Amino acid sequence: MSDIPITPRLLEEPAPCAREGAWLEWISTVDHKRIGILYLATTLFFFAVGGVEALLMRIQLAWPGNTFLSPDAYDQVFTMHGTTMVFLVVVPMLLGLANYLTPLMIGARDMALPRLNAFSFWVFLFGGFLLYFSFVSGHAPAAGWFSYAPLSEKGYSTRYGLDYWALALLGIGVGTIATAINLIVTIINLRAEGMTIRRLPLFVWMVLVNSFLIIFALPALNASLVMLLIDRQLSAHFFTVMGGGSPILWQHYFWSFGHPEVYIMVLPAFGIISEVIPVFSRKPIFGYGFVAASTVAIALLSLGVWAHHMFAVGLGPAWNYAFGASSLLIAVPTGVKIFNWIATMWGGSIRFTTSLLFAVAFLFTFTIGGLSGVTFAAFPLDWQTTDSYYVVAHMHYVLFGGTLFAVMAGVYYWFPKMSGRMLSERWGVVHFWLMFIGFHLTFLIQHILGLDGMPRRVYTYPDRPGWAVMNLISTIGAFVIGISVLVFLANIVMSLRSGAPAGDNPWNAWTLEWATSSPPPEHNFDRIPPVHSARPLWDLMHREGRA
Amino acid sequence: MKLAGTSHAGKLLLLRKCITILIEFLPALVYEEKNSSQAVAMHLSVLSPASPEAAHIVWLWNVCLYVCAFILAVVTISILYILVRYRKRDEAEPDQSTGNRTLEIAWTAVPIALVAVLFTLSVAIARTVNHPVDRPPDVIVTGHQWWWEIRYPQSKVTTANELHLPVGREMLIAVETADVIHDFWVPRLGRKIDAIPGRRNTVWIRATQPGEYQGACAEFCGAEHAWMRFAVVVESPAAYAAWLAHQAAPAARPVQGDAAEGARRFGELTCANCHNITGINAQKSYGPDLTHVASQETLAGERLRNTPENLTDWLRQPNIIKPNCFMPNLELSHRDLTVLTAFLETLR
Repeated sequence: MSDIPITPRLLEEPAPCAREGAWLEWISTVDHKRIGILYLATTLFFFAVGGVEALLMRIQLAWPGNTFLSPDAYDQVFTMHGTTMVFLVVVPMLLGLANYLTPLMIGARDMALPRLNAFSFWVFLFGGFLLYFSFVSGHAPAAGWFSYAPLSEKGYSTRYGLDYWALALLGIGVGTIATAINLIVTIINLRAEGMTIRRLPLFVWMVLVNSFLIIFALPALNASLVMLLIDRQLSAHFFTVMGGGSPILWQHYFWSFGHPEVYIMVLPAFGIISEVIPVFSRKPIFGYGFVAASTVAIALLSLGVWAHHMFAVGLGPAWNYAFGASSLLIAVPTGVKIFNWIATMWGGSIRFTTSLLFAVAFLFTFTIGGLSGVTFAAFPLDWQTTDSYYVVAHMHYVLFGGTLFAVMAGVYYWFPKMSGRMLSERWGVVHFWLMFIGFHLTFLIQHILGLDGMPRRVYTYPDRPGWAVMNLISTIGAFVIGISVLVFLANIVMSLRSGAPAGDNPWNAWTLEWATSSPPPEHNFDRIPPVHSARPLWDLMHREGRA
Repeated sequence: MKLAGTSHAGKLLLLRKCITILIEFLPALVYEEKNSSQAVAMHLSVLSPASPEAAHIVWLWNVCLYVCAFILAVVTISILYILVRYRKRDEAEPDQSTGNRTLEIAWTAVPIALVAVLFTLSVAIARTVNHPVDRPPDVIVTGHQWWWEIRYPQSKVTTANELHLPVGREMLIAVETADVIHDFWVPRLGRKIDAIPGRRNTVWIRATQPGEYQGACAEFCGAEHAWMRFAVVVESPAAYAAWLAHQAAPAARPVQGDAAEGARRFGELTCANCHNITGINAQKSYGPDLTHVASQETLAGERLRNTPENLTDWLRQPNIIKPNCFMPNLELSHRDLTVLTAFLETLR
């Protein structure tokens, strides 16, 4: 902190964040900043819920033969954990950031379609409630977050959980698509003068590509959810063999959404990293064009890799070769990004803020997750590792060590803009180390468990040598993560009340959101600075410096 | 600057933690190898192959591991070096370089070459592991919620949860399902393969070392997925032939004592509606075939060791031992439990 040139005494205290009757304004708002914050607060809530579900699972698995959860309860909890984290946390968390930041970064007053924006949020929120209402109805869904048919069909899941699951995801999916359209329209039409496509901040670039990916991928999910509902409610046979349907059809539909979804969950995170690393290295991004182009390459390739989730189905050699090749290929643009971020830091003057620590941790853990991904794309290895704890480790390295670390970097970076106050850096560092160590403690060992033959999604396991110890280590790690989240929440609450005032541009950053007050006024900008490059505020600072 | 030091030390700490974990487990591994004659090296079972199919995959694994470890080392060392070398030293802004085309081409081309190599190797390994199917299967394995039915069509043998294979012979195993999707996986013997409704998948296994191997269902298939495990017994061709001949023989109806009463009760109670015992009753097998149930090592998808006490316990309260299984709790009387156990124990 001390090395960030701010002069706290000169800064005005921001207005208090809670006022009489303010909640009505929040409910009726169409302001993209408020909607963004609503998204972030809601996802934080669901993150806590999903995290508690994870802890319940880890308690059950702490030692063999544990009876903390019944088999049926365990299956509901792991299904809800996966569904919550994917659909109610990671994706909307990134949409929330995109919502808040995109108009500010391109110098716009608001999103292009503000009321559609509010609609998307409320559909998402009530979709989340609908999903959790299944608990109240007696039985949450229990067929895993990808609900393979025929297990998800009426014959094998007789209670209503899966109907709630399908309806909730359908609603959330509609909201997500609406947001994607909104973001595309905003980015294409509302850029400030001078903000050409080659001067867009990389975060906005990735949000744009991501929004197109959502439009291409999510309808496949929505269509298959409708088909599942028709199967369950009207006894059709899209996904059951007896009526001429095919359970493999569900897998094709689901994963042709589901793998692009993985990139939907990570592209905006790449965008965050592409903003945070340059600012704290005091250098422009290395290879702007290559970073942007590799995003497009990833998005295009990601639409053609889905069957790598199905290598164990026995589709035949042609499928294996084609999808093995495309999945291996997608590692290339991802690697290009990693190398460019590292090269950005090279020769810089690195500020060790919490935000940068999370960004660097992202580079490290995401590289591990990406590399273990390569071991699935080499499909004979997938035949051993898929559906084992190895895949559980892999996906958490990508989504937790990848996306969530990047989101944390983003939260520490943009919190001052959103609230007008700094997050405590001292608690931030504690939060970082607890989360980093807890994360690796939990998931590193799971690679070994998977290679040792432990299948995923088991409510208990036989007491084979080493399994008890490894599972216990993983459980301890999960609780360390739990503590780190508590530190994070406490930091947010304390900083909102009494954090140091941030001023307009505490990090000396150079994108447009830092050219307005913190928090920004409802109309975002009194005056939009001229845009002559990808770093308008840098140009401004250095011109004035010379004058 | 202080923080830079912390981050460096933290990485070292983590590294040391990983090494400690390894050191803790290595002795366990060695210990296992020396002391257990039957199930050697339970640890890292994917990495201790007992068939050429599994060994080929481990070879590819090693190649991948070296490539990935190299890349991870390059990335990690560069990051650590940069964090120390380029930490903030003064207020001056550094040189504003924006990119380098040659570097970009290099770090695009080298990974492309690497993945091309991995792809070629993958195709080669896949062709070796999955060679073409040219004959009917030796064994048909059918997944049920939550147990495995194992049939040897040539010998007309049906058993459950225990797959016997002769050492050194290439066996073709067909994998099917009676209900939802399951997945047949024996980590030390080769690839996993899904059991998909309406379709027959096949997998080749040539076990090279006698012994007992652990198998499991790897695709989530409902509440008792965790206890859908099975054993693979690899034995000499002579022992295998003897086992097969024994399994093919029908059960003999006990003529006196508790066992005879048990056989009668087996028919009177609803047991016989689901379970087949060749030689005593002939039913379609909704549940596991019990013709030679007493010769098996475990019960209920490896939930229990197969002892008379456990068998009684299982008959008494299957819904407690394996809460969602389809075996009903018939609330058997003490007498029924005794005679049924006595009867089932004769089915060697």
